[in-house]
Amino acid sequence: MASSLDETAVRHVAHLARLDVTDEEVVRFAKQLSSILSYVEQLNEPDTTGIPPTAHALPVTNVFRGDTVRPCWEPDRALHNAPQCQDNFFRVPKVLGQDSA
Amino acid sequence: MPEPTLTIRTIIGLEIHVQLNTKTKMFCGCPVRYDAPPNSCVCPVCLGHPGALPVINRQAFTHAVLTGLALNCKIARHTKWDRKSYYYPDLPKNYQISQYDLPLAARGFFDIPVRGRMKRVRITRAHLEEDAGKSLHDLPGCTLVDLNRAGTPLLEIVTEPDLSSADEAYAFCIELQRLVTYLGVSEGVMQKGQMRFEPNVNIAIRCDGREYRTPITEIKNLNSFRHVRDAIAYEARRQLTAWTEDHDYQQDKRPNENRGWNAEKGITEYQRDKESAPDYRYFPDPDLVPVEITDGMLDEIRAMLPELPIARRQRLVSEYGLSTRDADTIVNHRGTADLLEKVIAAGAPADVAGKQFVNVWLKLANDRNVHVTDLGVEPEQIVELARMTADGTINKTAANRLAQVMLQHAEPRASARADAQRSTPSPLHLAQELGLVQVHDTAATEAWVEQAFTANPKAVQDALGNPKKAQAAAGFLRGQVMKLSGGKADPNLVVRLVEKRLAKLRGKG
Ligand SMILES: [Zn+2]
Repeated sequence: MASSLDETAVRHVAHLARLDVTDEEVVRFAKQLSSILSYVEQLNEPDTTGIPPTAHALPVTNVFRGDTVRPCWEPDRALHNAPQCQDNFFRVPKVLGQDSA
Repeated sequence: MPEPTLTIRTIIGLEIHVQLNTKTKMFCGCPVRYDAPPNSCVCPVCLGHPGALPVINRQAFTHAVLTGLALNCKIARHTKWDRKSYYYPDLPKNYQISQYDLPLAARGFFDIPVRGRMKRVRITRAHLEEDAGKSLHDLPGCTLVDLNRAGTPLLEIVTEPDLSSADEAYAFCIELQRLVTYLGVSEGVMQKGQMRFEPNVNIAIRCDGREYRTPITEIKNLNSFRHVRDAIAYEARRQLTAWTEDHDYQQDKRPNENRGWNAEKGITEYQRDKESAPDYRYFPDPDLVPVEITDGMLDEIRAMLPELPIARRQRLVSEYGLSTRDADTIVNHRGTADLLEKVIAAGAPADVAGKQFVNVWLKLANDRNVHVTDLGVEPEQIVELARMTADGTINKTAANRLAQVMLQHAEPRASARADAQRSTPSPLHLAQELGLVQVHDTAATEAWVEQAFTANPKAVQDALGNPKKAQAAAGFLRGQVMKLSGGKADPNLVVRLVEKRLAKLRGKG
C-alpha cells in the first residue's frame, strides 16, 4: 500500500525541522514527499523472511579510539562562522521555557 | 459521616546522568575540562561541522560496561548508536548521539541499605550518550553558548519505579555516587554537575477500597542529593493536595508533566505537559558503526570489577570486627579502605587500626580536605602507631598528638621533589623524643596523683562529700593527673590510683 503524507503531516515535519513553509509549499511538498515515500516503499517488496534486521549498511563493527587528547581549535577559529559572538561565546537569541536533553 | 481513611504510597523512579571519567570527549579527542576558557576545548566533531566523523572513546565504553556489570545488568552483545533530534542552541549538531532501542546494559538491580535492611531497586537500562554545551541565560535578550562540555561522555541510568520515599531515593543517589567513584568510572562531583538526577514521582491513594494514581511528574535536572530528597517530598505533598481538591487529578484524566525544582522557594514549578513532549525522531547514526561485545571483551572488563562498597563494608565488619559506622566511613573512599587493609595485613591490630583511621587519620585528612592516602604518611608508620597504641606504649591522646607530628614531618617531604629518600623518624623514636611514651610506673603515677590532690582541695572535697558533684570532681582530678604527666600517664592506672586515694581518704573521714 502506498503511503502518502497529508498537509498536516507536512506542517508537523516542517515545524520539527524549524522550517517556515508557505501554504503553497505545503501543498507542493505533500505531493513530492508522498512520491518519495512510495519510491522508497519498493523496499517492502523483496521477501525478507529469515533475514536479521540491521541498522547499518557497512559490515564493520567496533571502531574505537584511545582516550588520548588531540589538539583543539582556538576559540577564534571555532567562532569564525558564528553570526554573532561575545567574549568567546556564541551569541544567540534568548531561548526559554524549553529544556535540553 | 466519618472521614474515609487514606493510605498513600509514593512511587519513585530515577533517571541519572553520570559524567564518565575520561581525558577526552565521547566521540573526539578534545579534552574534558571543567574550567577551561569558553569554546577552547572544541573541534569540528563536537562543533557539529559538516563532514566531521565521530569515533567512539574506548575508555568511555569500558567505563559504561563496567558500571552495567556492577549494576547486575545484562550486557548487550550487539549495541548501536542513534540520533536524538531536537533544536537547542547548546546542541550544535541539532541531534544528540545516544542509544535508543539497543542500550548497552539493561535489566539489572542495585541493592541499597535502607533502615538497616537491603532494598533491591531494579535497573531498567543504562546507555551511553553525549552531553550538550552550556548556556548562559542571565543576559538581556540573548543567550551565550559555550560548547566545551558538548560531547562529554554521559552514562544515563534508568531505574524501575521501585523507590517509595524521598529518603529512599536520597539513599539510592548516595550509594550510586559511592559505586561510580569506587569503580573509578566517574569522579561523581555534584558541584561540577558530574551527577544529575531526574526523579519520576507520583502517588497511589487507597480510599474506600479504590486506588487512585496521580499523573507522573518528572522533576528535571537536580544536582544535589538534598534537592532530590526535598523535591520528591514536596512533589508527593503537592500531588496529594491536588488530588484532594480535584479527584480527577489522576492518570488518564490529567497529563503527566515536567516540573523544575526551585530550591530558593522550596517548590516544584510547572514546565510542560508530557503530551506535548518533543518528537525526537530517533534513527540509527550512519556515522557510527555498531559495537559487538565479544566474550573476550566482557571477560576483560569483568576482571576490572573490584569488591563493591556494600560487600566490602560487610566484610570489614565480619572479618576485622569494625563497627558498621566505622566501616561505612572507611569504605566511602576506595583508596582509604585499601590502605587500611594493607596496614592490617602488615601487622597492625585490626580493631585499633580501624578506630585510628576514623578518629585520627580521617580527621586529619578532612581538616586538609584530602584523602588519607594523600597525607604522605607511610603505611609502616601507620602500622607502628596502631601497634604502639594496642600494646600500651602510648595512650590515645598521645597517638593523636603523635599523628599530627608525623604529618608535620611528612608534609614538607611530600611537597619536596627529590627528598623522597629522606627517612622519616619512626613513631616510637618520635614518641620518645617528645616524651609521649606512656608511664606505667606506679610510683611516678602516685606522685602525680598526690600533686593533683594537694593542688585541688575543693575538688577532693566534692569528690568525697558532695554526691551531686562527686563524679565530675573525680573526673576533674583524673584529668589533672593526666595533665601533670604531660599526657604520658596510663589512663587505666590513673583511674585505679585516684579511686584508691579517694577510698583511703574516705576511710580516714
Ligand atoms: Zn571535539
